[in-house]
Amino acid sequence: MTALRYVYAVCRPLAAPLQAELTGVAGAPAKLLHHHGLIAVVSQVPERDFAEEPLRAHLEDLDWLAATARGHQQVIDALTAVTTPLPLRLATVFRDDSGVRVMIEEREEVFLRTLDRLEGRVEWGVKVYVEPTGQEESAGPDRPAPKPASGRDYLRQRRVKAREHEDTWQRAERFAGRLHSLLSEHAEAARLHAPQNSALSKASGQNVLNAAYLVPRAKSEEFVEIVDRTKGEEPGMRVELTGPWAAYSFVEPAAAEGTHVAEGTQAAEGTHTAEGTHTAEGAGSAAGEGS
Amino acid sequence: MTVVERREVALVDLLDRLLAGGVVITGDITLRIADVDLVRIDLNALISSVNENVPSPWRDLS
Repeated sequence: MTALRYVYAVCRPLAAPLQAELTGVAGAPAKLLHHHGLIAVVSQVPERDFAEEPLRAHLEDLDWLAATARGHQQVIDALTAVTTPLPLRLATVFRDDSGVRVMIEEREEVFLRTLDRLEGRVEWGVKVYVEPTGQEESAGPDRPAPKPASGRDYLRQRRVKAREHEDTWQRAERFAGRLHSLLSEHAEAARLHAPQNSALSKASGQNVLNAAYLVPRAKSEEFVEIVDRTKGEEPGMRVELTGPWAAYSFVEPAAAEGTHVAEGTQAAEGTHTAEGTHTAEGAGSAAGEGS
Repeated sequence: MTVVERREVALVDLLDRLLAGGVVITGDITLRIADVDLVRIDLNALISSVNENVPSPWRDLS
């Protein structure tokens, strides 16, 4: 069996050794490959799974994708504990060690610059959901709809409901916009990811903000407190924090990302939310100059 | 360092970063970005088909 090289990250030489038992994708041990004052963190992976053809097929298999993503993340997490890694995108594969070395040489300057920029920083993820209200059903749990006495009553009730729905979205847009501006002030960079599909996330409610913030480790505690304070601030809105992550969303210097983030916004129900997020005060920067 | 709820990372959050973030390098075998975007699209297709008739494979994972 021929082995290929799966590369997780590039970093500066580690001050502390990696945990000895660390494994990554395909359960393979993660090793360090030193070259030119940088290291690549690498696993040997079987060609039958990671050559171009099988890889392409595997990436459409959710179970395989999930296992591989978790293996990748396990290595990045371990690295984040001892250094500031520059994480590579999932499934970056080379034929052999010399392929990895050539890659490092070709990109040495950019790697060093990016590592300097990210040094001592982590990424925090913040999501805002509009909690389901039960409005879509005939009666909300909190307020059983009175039976309309007449056609006019019925129409009025419908108008009230439509207005409530409208209000909820406007409130969500304003809240998400405010939160994003606030958090951006406390972060060195921000980037908007496309709102998550609830079928995929299994989270309740509609995701209206899915943002990442680059924050120095030293300021992370403060950042987390700010996020925590906004939880429960606005009725019907749920704020979720994830992290600290390696700076996956900030490996590219600012700008450029904005456009495809904006258009990545969920198609169906998400659209008017997305537009709203742009227009809410200050939040235009959200989508536009995201990162 | 601050410790937030250390429950298992949700797969979607991970995929947001691993498929849309991270340094993109054209390795010997790396699929190009367009291909990765295709993966995303396929994922969405898969998910909608999952919704329609099959129990979600995601349940076991999260």
